[in-house]
Amino acid sequence: MELYIHIPFCVQKCLYCDFLSFPASEDVRQRYVKKLEEELSACAGRPEIREKKVVSVFIGGGTPSILSESQICGLMETVYDSFAVAHNAEITIEANPGTCSRELLAAWRRSGINRLSLGLQSMQDKELAVLGRIHSAKSFLETFYLAREWGFDNINVDLMSALPGQTEADWEETLVKTAELCPEHISAYSLIIEPGTPYYGKYGEQREDLDRYGEYDEIPARRRRRYEGQLLLPGEETERAMYRHTRTVLSGYGYERYEISNYARPGRECIHNEGYWTGADYLGTGLGASSMTDGKRFSVTRRMDEYLDFDREAFARGRQYADSSVLSRREQMEEFMFLGLRLVRGVRNGDFYRRFGVSLEDIYGARIDKYVKEGLMAVRRENGDWRYALTEQGLDISNYVMAGFLQ
Amino acid sequence: MAIVDQSKIRNFCIIAHIDHGKSTLADRIIEMTGLLTSREMQAQVLDNMELERERGITIKAQAVRTVYKARDGEEYIFNLIDTPGHVDFNYEVSRSLAACDGAILVVDAAQGIEAQTLANVYLALDHDLDVFPVLNKVDLPSAEPDRVAAEIEDVIGLEAADAPRISAKTGLNVEEVLEEIVTKIPAPKGDPDAPLQALIFDSLYDSYKGVIVFCRVKNGTIRKGTQVRMMATGATADVVEVGYFGAGQFIPCEELSAGMVGYMTASIKNVRDTMVGDTITDRENPCAEPLPGYKKVTPMVYCGLYPADGAKYPDLRDALEKLQLNDASLFFEPETSIALGFGFRCGFLGLLHLDIIEERLEREYNLDLVTTAPGVVYRVHKTNGEVIELTNPSNLPDPSEIEYMEEPIVSAEIMVTTEFVGAIMTLCQERRGVYLGMEYIEASRALLRYELPLNEIIYDFFDALKSRSRGYASFDYELKGYQQSKLVKLDILVNREEVDALSFIVFEGSAYERGRKMCEKLKEEIPRHLFEIPIQAAVGGKIIARETVKAMRKDVLAKCYGGDISRKRKLLEKQKEGKKRMRQIGNVEIPQKAFMSVLKLDEE
Repeated sequence: MELYIHIPFCVQKCLYCDFLSFPASEDVRQRYVKKLEEELSACAGRPEIREKKVVSVFIGGGTPSILSESQICGLMETVYDSFAVAHNAEITIEANPGTCSRELLAAWRRSGINRLSLGLQSMQDKELAVLGRIHSAKSFLETFYLAREWGFDNINVDLMSALPGQTEADWEETLVKTAELCPEHISAYSLIIEPGTPYYGKYGEQREDLDRYGEYDEIPARRRRRYEGQLLLPGEETERAMYRHTRTVLSGYGYERYEISNYARPGRECIHNEGYWTGADYLGTGLGASSMTDGKRFSVTRRMDEYLDFDREAFARGRQYADSSVLSRREQMEEFMFLGLRLVRGVRNGDFYRRFGVSLEDIYGARIDKYVKEGLMAVRRENGDWRYALTEQGLDISNYVMAGFLQ
Repeated sequence: MAIVDQSKIRNFCIIAHIDHGKSTLADRIIEMTGLLTSREMQAQVLDNMELERERGITIKAQAVRTVYKARDGEEYIFNLIDTPGHVDFNYEVSRSLAACDGAILVVDAAQGIEAQTLANVYLALDHDLDVFPVLNKVDLPSAEPDRVAAEIEDVIGLEAADAPRISAKTGLNVEEVLEEIVTKIPAPKGDPDAPLQALIFDSLYDSYKGVIVFCRVKNGTIRKGTQVRMMATGATADVVEVGYFGAGQFIPCEELSAGMVGYMTASIKNVRDTMVGDTITDRENPCAEPLPGYKKVTPMVYCGLYPADGAKYPDLRDALEKLQLNDASLFFEPETSIALGFGFRCGFLGLLHLDIIEERLEREYNLDLVTTAPGVVYRVHKTNGEVIELTNPSNLPDPSEIEYMEEPIVSAEIMVTTEFVGAIMTLCQERRGVYLGMEYIEASRALLRYELPLNEIIYDFFDALKSRSRGYASFDYELKGYQQSKLVKLDILVNREEVDALSFIVFEGSAYERGRKMCEKLKEEIPRHLFEIPIQAAVGGKIIARETVKAMRKDVLAKCYGGDISRKRKLLEKQKEGKKRMRQIGNVEIPQKAFMSVLKLDEE
């Protein structure tokens, strides 16, 4: 099982961010951490959880690095006390450049955290300003070197392409400067314009039109007029070129793309995230966190006032879950496919059979044949099994392909 | 009480421009004549179809009988006949008027006279009705009753200085209206002993009683057992029941004699046998000639209606049959489209009528429909002398067989404040209008008269009129006849395949412009596929416009972790669901609403 711990706090909300995260007072943070500890130990006591070995822990946010040394140490203490954490578990914390002091890094090391995920997004300060980030490229470098100094030998850096006004050259600069630092892992996402964010108000119309027409010169003038004078999001071809280029540049530095947006040096793939794509059980704790165990999906309330009112008893009974649903067998199969296909290596029919007791080809054979003919999927033999994976073109339009696996 | 004294009957209607308060006044009259208690009142008794209330217009003529005790101490029977308020139903209006002896003209004291007011007043005067005006909404701060009264006198020539100044909403001065009905509207004149002569002004189908015929007895008497004949359709029947209209119910009585308004039933199965405007007479003792004015109503606008789900074809047929029981002007016949499969070619009185039927099919019968572009009835004169009435563009003969074509023309009256006259003239010009004349109604308002091809006004003319006059223009038209015109069939090719359901007939001079806009619109509607899709407009095999739907190159969700999975699933499900609402033409999926694109070409 994997364990996710959500820290919904940040110094200041980024303009594109739709995560459950907000600035809060020290007092709220302290009360929250106490509740989180109660939730962790209460969850661990549930019979179906108790038996499961924890292979990875991910402290995400928000900005978990906003918590003090003692708060993080306390949390990790609770995790070790409550769960059966494997001795070689991957334990990641997300951190914002500029919020990690020497003391904090030291405390993380002491509490067993062995992987760091740094939200850089861009090596250009002008882009960081456009995104509403609070750090500079320089403060990132300081944090990065400091982390190395303190012995973090497994670091991920988050990058973001397809930013408003970004050119291919801009993106390449960020890529190269990052790769030069040799982090073990790079997540390179293209910007998603999420409803409810300031970015949606500003770039939502552009996004919608680009999704429909692909390029600006295809958009009728009367629609284009609506966002005159604004920074423009890259068109589809540019975005695609950026995506292709990412792989080319990073492979030159020894990174392999193993998921749609994730690149790693050999053996440094993120164990925790791979779990999501291969259908591992995961327990999410903290505000708004999602879980998936034994075919059941549930998520914690998104309301802080509610969360802070639960006691240990309530947590033990699962009162913190705002919704839950049991996935049908069919839905589990669908998720096996559309999550598994995010991985570049794709899905294996042997795994499917072991999990569902029927052959993958019986269920999806016709669909796969169609996609193979369209050049969107490829088949290969592997140790007596068949592997099905998206081709380069299939990756480009993965939503289209994945939708085809839904009933 | 078998015999009713004719001098105590008043048969009248209320005429008004839309929203000037006709239905509200009707409600007050019904309420104040005391037939109904307030408790029984629905908000608007006359408009009893759910749909009508929502649209705020009266679709089908109905009638109600109330009893009023006047200041002279006598009791009077009021037959209030409601009339539809839309130009699509002009003929029905004229028949309802013919059933009356007088009319109340309601004018909004803030808005003044509108195009529809005029059209209806003239229609009423044509039927020799005595019309008296009423100024409504005097309680509004913007009301100018003096100005509007003067306008009525100037423009229509009706004495309006002493017109009741009322608020139908609050009931203010409605009593005066009741008195004027008694004093200003003449009692019917007719001979109860003469041969039967009764005018059908509406009918509806009831599953127990069969067709219920609404009629005004002009001469003679009709009672249970009378053997009647409809003079135009020739249908015969034995009367089972006669009666009059309570509010929302039928109240049987012994007989209807000259001057009375009521209903009859005679186990008639089909409203087509009892056409509005026809004359009912006694088979044994027929009248010498029918009442004037009967005309067979013919649909003016046609379109294809297809079930979104092909398996629902029989359901659509059943639903249309049921609607037709109550609506003799609805026409339909089966047709087949390569693109849309099995469906029906349907004829309507106008676009509003089409909208209403479509909405009822979707709402009351739960059908999901695909509608093709509405068109008018063209006359095709073939070289071999044959003339065909074309309602479906796909049936247009080969151009080599066509001598010439004709299209329907209407004469239109548009009333508009003077500042917008220029804009409206430009609009009419764009729509191939022929200017007939202009009159100033008052210093600030003009009445424009134009001849316009019907196919230029059925789609969005009304909307264009409203937007170019900031809502101030009003509009009325009637069919004038047919005129030779240069018309062509515009075909649309999607991925090089002709899509029959997208073809339409268009004036040759507008073909390029409309073809171009059609391609642009379809480019917006058709989602991108894995391959590039050319969209072409063609006339007689010659391509005149083209757009291209670019191939889909990128459709990825960059991020998907634990918390995103349910959201991601929903996103994919939506994508999948969207595909189900598409029509497959060759290897291209076209959304159903694209078939209505031609209606939206002028949106900007």
